[in-house]
Amino acid sequence: MRARTLVLAACVLLLLAVPPMATALGQLYYIDLIRRVMIFAIAAVSLNLILGYGGLVSFGHAAYLGVGGYSVGILAFYGVHNGWLQWSLAILASALVALVIGAISVRTRGIYFIMITLAFTQMLYYLGISVEEYGGDDGMRLKVKSQFSGLIDLNDPVASYYLALALLLGAIYLVNRLVNSRFGMVLRAAKSNEARSRAIGFSPYPYHLAAFVISGALCGLAGALLANHTAYITPAFMDWTRSGEIMFMVILGGMATAPGPALGAFALLVVEDLLAGLTQHWQVILGPLLVLCVLFFRRGLAGLLPGGGKHG
Amino acid sequence: MADAILEVRELRKSFGALAATDGISLEVREGETHAIIGPNGAGKTTLISQLAGNLRPDSGSIRFAGEDVTRLSAPQRAHKGFARSFQITSIYRDFSALDNVALAVQAHDGHSFRFWRAAREERALREPARAMLEEVGLGARAGVLAANLAHGEQRQLEVAMALATRPRLLLLDEPVAGMGLEESQRMVQFLSGLKGKRTIILVEHDMDAVFTLADRVSVLVYGRIIASGAPAEVRANPEVRRAYLGEES
Amino acid sequence: MNLILVFEQLLNGLQFGVMLFLMAAGLTLVFGIMNLVNLAHGSLYMVGAYLTVAAVQWTGSYPLGVLLGLAGTLVVGMLLEVVALRTLYERDHLDQVLATFGLILFFNELIAMVWGRTALFMSLPSYLQGHVEIFPGSIYPLYRVVVIGVGLVVGAVLWYVVAKTRLGMLIRAGASNRTMVAALGINIRLLYTVVFGFGAALAGLAGLMAGPIYAVQPGMGELILIQVFVVIVIGGIGSIRGALVGALVVGVVDTLGRAFLKPLLGHFISPPAAEAAGPALASMLIYLLMAVVLALRPEGLFPAKSG
Repeated sequence: MRARTLVLAACVLLLLAVPPMATALGQLYYIDLIRRVMIFAIAAVSLNLILGYGGLVSFGHAAYLGVGGYSVGILAFYGVHNGWLQWSLAILASALVALVIGAISVRTRGIYFIMITLAFTQMLYYLGISVEEYGGDDGMRLKVKSQFSGLIDLNDPVASYYLALALLLGAIYLVNRLVNSRFGMVLRAAKSNEARSRAIGFSPYPYHLAAFVISGALCGLAGALLANHTAYITPAFMDWTRSGEIMFMVILGGMATAPGPALGAFALLVVEDLLAGLTQHWQVILGPLLVLCVLFFRRGLAGLLPGGGKHG
Repeated sequence: MADAILEVRELRKSFGALAATDGISLEVREGETHAIIGPNGAGKTTLISQLAGNLRPDSGSIRFAGEDVTRLSAPQRAHKGFARSFQITSIYRDFSALDNVALAVQAHDGHSFRFWRAAREERALREPARAMLEEVGLGARAGVLAANLAHGEQRQLEVAMALATRPRLLLLDEPVAGMGLEESQRMVQFLSGLKGKRTIILVEHDMDAVFTLADRVSVLVYGRIIASGAPAEVRANPEVRRAYLGEES
Repeated sequence: MNLILVFEQLLNGLQFGVMLFLMAAGLTLVFGIMNLVNLAHGSLYMVGAYLTVAAVQWTGSYPLGVLLGLAGTLVVGMLLEVVALRTLYERDHLDQVLATFGLILFFNELIAMVWGRTALFMSLPSYLQGHVEIFPGSIYPLYRVVVIGVGLVVGAVLWYVVAKTRLGMLIRAGASNRTMVAALGINIRLLYTVVFGFGAALAGLAGLMAGPIYAVQPGMGELILIQVFVVIVIGGIGSIRGALVGALVVGVVDTLGRAFLKPLLGHFISPPAAEAAGPALASMLIYLLMAVVLALRPEGLFPAKSG
């Protein structure tokens, strides 16, 4: 276990060192790249809660990136640039949407659940496209980034980088506490053996729904971050292929592990970046790579860490 | 004379054209150990599933301690004091034995919407769980992953989980199934230690277990109870012999 | 809003529904029998459209092009099954979803590499262009009538095969008890490949029929696939009957909604508000319908499997 902690600590140190290193090397691009990776890592951490630990195969997680992003964008559209307000709305709105979608879908199982979550995300995507007021298909620019009473300037790439890092570490810590709490144990037990859980007196529905809401809210936060990162909010935030990508990050990194989602986000997005540099048709390579990964590499990257990546 | 704590009236359940439960009525007294036996396909597990709340009967009623529980779900019945073990071992394979029992304790220790404190550090859960494991004889195996336990140990774990919920009614579906001679004898001995303290309904094929443990026996054939009474009576009943052995001298 | 307009839109809805049915039938068959969630089903739809466009251009003949396109999709489908999908039957649904998701990326990009990303034009032979008179003084595109006809005929054939033939019996038996059918000595692997190929051909048929009406471009499969999911959720998984009912309901509701919701709303709220809300609501309509059906019947309207 010691070795594992050391490796992870080294990763965090590396992340902390990226801005000064990139600045020194004159490669500022990497600050943006890693920030983007970390934002998606937060989304993956949130999905890991319900997918990895809860066993709920939600194919609609990108919806919350959209809800979070548009919360920021729409408030900014009306002149409200207060980050505290915007980001609080991003979290609350995402929680509410997750509550509604969850209340309907969580009752269903297996393939129905997959299809339903996908369908609802698509519905939100279409909603985003058809509301011309907020840019419709083209989306809208975020001209003024979220203001946090002068505490932090999100226009400074290094400051926003460290904010993303802090939030990522916070998210990992929070989810880790959550899955080891009584609540988390019930969630994991329901995934492990639902019939047994019911027999001892746990009704999974309220726990699944609560996990779904928490997961959505956290992803909404990622959405708010993403909006500030890209300075542009489009319905593509909610593209269903994005949901697939986030799922892949969770699987690739190792389901139901603490560092897994972040590892997966890094691996997937860095690979995408590299491939895109090679050819514009990088998806023709990535696709089969993903298939091979599913077939032969199920335990994920966290399984390669010392300690085997086993969840506690 | 204890009153009937469980009253089953005219229970019926059909799967398509097959009447798995064909008008079963049963009364079990508090503290009684009641065995249900019958040939394969008689509908024993279907009956247990309806009693436990995993299956909804088509008609009929189940009353527990004077209350109608027919419409209650399995988790709701668990909170009324039902506990069940499954015919095919159903435990949390990716958790340790201790975790398994601790979860059963947790299910009956208030609500579980607690998000911060690590459950594994809660003595209120760990200590009763450890004690329970000791009682069934798995004390030394507390830290072992449930999937790595021997088959017999897993069945013991299931019973431990059932007991950890402090049930008033234990529904045991073939508790010694698949166990070797020594193991099943140990289990039977353990279960006989529970006699009188809990109400037990036991589905079993192992006749030694049945005749050691049961106060009363009901024989289920094609979804109907054809005989019910003290073990010796039932053993001698000609209809029962016919059902099990065919025409025999 | 005159009745003729409504009837025309109803026919459009029927036409869309028929295409949804062809897709849904293939998807639900594969799921019901092989327990496989295949997201790449939309890719087969796309392959059908592209192969047909290419074949028609190459041979200069529409009927020949259609035949080649269908045959090509059948082959692609069976190859896909043998090479990539066989290993997924034993895996859980999550793995299947992810693996077939990877296949979608692959197919979309492959098509883009060969044919580019801009929409292709699929031309119709002169005898399929033109109109029929559905009411005195009102005409309707002939091609769409043909699409409806083909869809209904295929549906009837499908019903006949599944309900009345030996193959259909094997399919139904395989759906309820795989191991038993295998134990009877039936070549399960071949059966699966055939069933998958059949489903692929249905998707390809839908794709090539869609060509002249909708855009032929990379990613066209996924747009319709998600609507097919809605059909299956509403109709119930594993049942052809559910697929038909679900498809017709979704097709009609979606088409009528897009056509009439905005003007209908305009009667109750101000025109500018209706202008904004109408299209948004119309595009969400089938999903809202799905939510309602789920609230009342979580298993769908005609689920085939009992758990």
